[in-house]
Amino acid sequence: MKIAFQLAYKNLMGAGLRTWLNAGVLSFAFVVIIFYNGLIDGWNQQASIDGVNWEYGNGHLLNNDYDAFDSFSIEDGHGILPEDQLENLTPILINQATIYPQGRMMSAQLKGIDAKQTVIKIPTQLLLSSEAEIPALIGERMASSTNLKVGDNLLVRWRDKNGTYDAANVSIIGIFDTNVPTVDGGQIWIPIEKLWNMTGLNQHATMFIANDNYISTDVSGWRFESKEYLLKELTTLINVKKISGSIIYILLMAIGLLAIFDTQVLSVFRRQKEIGTYIALGMTRSQVVRLFTVEGSMYSVFAAILGGIYGIPILWYLAHNGIGFPVSGDTIGVIMSERMYPIYGLGLILGSVFLIVISATIVSFLPARKIAKMNPVEALKGKIS
Amino acid sequence: MKKILIAILAPVLFTSMVNFPDAGEIIKKVDENMTAKTQVIESKMIIYGKRNTREVESKGYSEGNTKSFTEYLAPEREKGTKMLKLEDKLWIYSPETDRTIQLSGHMLKQSVMGSDLSYEDMMETRKLTEMYDAKVIGEEVIDGRETWILELNAKVEDVSYDKRKIWVDQERYVPLKEELFAKSGQLLKKTVLSEVKKIGNRWYPMAINYKDMLKDGKGTDFILLSIKFDEKIPDYIFSKASLKK
Repeated sequence: MKIAFQLAYKNLMGAGLRTWLNAGVLSFAFVVIIFYNGLIDGWNQQASIDGVNWEYGNGHLLNNDYDAFDSFSIEDGHGILPEDQLENLTPILINQATIYPQGRMMSAQLKGIDAKQTVIKIPTQLLLSSEAEIPALIGERMASSTNLKVGDNLLVRWRDKNGTYDAANVSIIGIFDTNVPTVDGGQIWIPIEKLWNMTGLNQHATMFIANDNYISTDVSGWRFESKEYLLKELTTLINVKKISGSIIYILLMAIGLLAIFDTQVLSVFRRQKEIGTYIALGMTRSQVVRLFTVEGSMYSVFAAILGGIYGIPILWYLAHNGIGFPVSGDTIGVIMSERMYPIYGLGLILGSVFLIVISATIVSFLPARKIAKMNPVEALKGKIS
Repeated sequence: MKKILIAILAPVLFTSMVNFPDAGEIIKKVDENMTAKTQVIESKMIIYGKRNTREVESKGYSEGNTKSFTEYLAPEREKGTKMLKLEDKLWIYSPETDRTIQLSGHMLKQSVMGSDLSYEDMMETRKLTEMYDAKVIGEEVIDGRETWILELNAKVEDVSYDKRKIWVDQERYVPLKEELFAKSGQLLKKTVLSEVKKIGNRWYPMAINYKDMLKDGKGTDFILLSIKFDEKIPDYIFSKASLKK
């Protein structure tokens, strides 16, 4: 086996440019696989952290009639939670509203939240210190779509619990910046006590955000969705991107492996005399097959080394400085920061090396099988059998 | 001192002495003009947008305030679209997809085809006397017609507008102007009714302009091309089967 490696190494080095071309293409596929998967893993991790910090907390306790994906359920999807169940929970009441920024009409959600909360990062403490009649917080996406800035008054129209219209100005006292579009676009955050007064829905909540000390118990009329459950959808969505992105490196790998396959076919054809000589000198056919297979799979080892030489600095740089994405996440409705930082796990790197070495070995073995059927005398003569 | 007191109190005394008719009677007569057991209306809605103006023609049947059926006749894009409202449920049939969609009561509060009217506004046929307590607060001349100014305050809880102000023609008992207010007192919508015609034994405005006062723009014109009151409407009109006919 040692001889096989030595011979393979010498043969490859002797082939010069051809070897490095094959290894180069394969190394590129190698770097792209690690980069792309690292990017998706980085996105997933960042999105999970942001999702928990800004929206999910330790999970949501939702009114059974409320469905976050059905805005028509807002009207009836609220209720009063028994007082003994309120511990470790931050109430949120949602009400549909119409806003009129600069005379335009837009629909929005008024979200009343306990201003003393610390479970999510929305800076609700600002609401506590404000002296405005109805202080409100909005996110940057909302601010840019409505042209609102801190200090502006915004006319809001809503309906109370009986369906009667009411309207008032809310004062924008703060604009927060978040990667989580689901707490930002089309939403106005106000103190829950104000919303209770405005709608007459005293003590009502649409949902609660649990903190880390919350222990879920069965509450009639309410359902608990854990942090993991809420994140599952996001993770699934991001992993779909992983699959759809794999087409790029499958293509790259196919090109690299095809190059190895071609080289092997050519080698078996052109080096018949060499094969005959090996057998004449006492090597078994399978030893010769192994030699050629090792030679082929060694391309992948070279590719890993070559990929490492130029890939490590590039990937390291990207992991530290991130990659800017001009498309913001709210256009596709998922949590996505403007700069993404790839994460390269050991499993990812070893997995990629394993994948490429195995595939290179398989494509090297396939043409080499022909050697086993060769007649050594014919091979020595260089005749095609 | 006496003279000053008289000067101050005179207008107050005078106003209180003006003999306004009973507001309840006025809105009762308004209800008699404006509501009917059944209505069949052919209408044109002109929606003034920021960039363009759209015209939508429709034919509508309604019975009481619980049953209503509307078929859109123009423009080509909306032609054949039908809406059926039974109680607080609304079904919309779109010929393009040949499907009927049911919308919850909440949808009734949305704008109709981008206009300043909500489905509820269009279908609100409940009598004013059932919803509001009224009082006369003054008189005004609108387009040469003497009107009473009435202030209406909700007496039931489930009304869209907590307060209304209507200007009622003193002779014909038809509202010529209406202002709708939020609970906070904010003016939300303004309606101007004109081209009052005698239809049978009642007076009815044939053109109505609805304006969402919080929004920029000219509002929406609702022009009645024809209207028939208390005609017998066959029951099948208010059935889901009629949506696909």
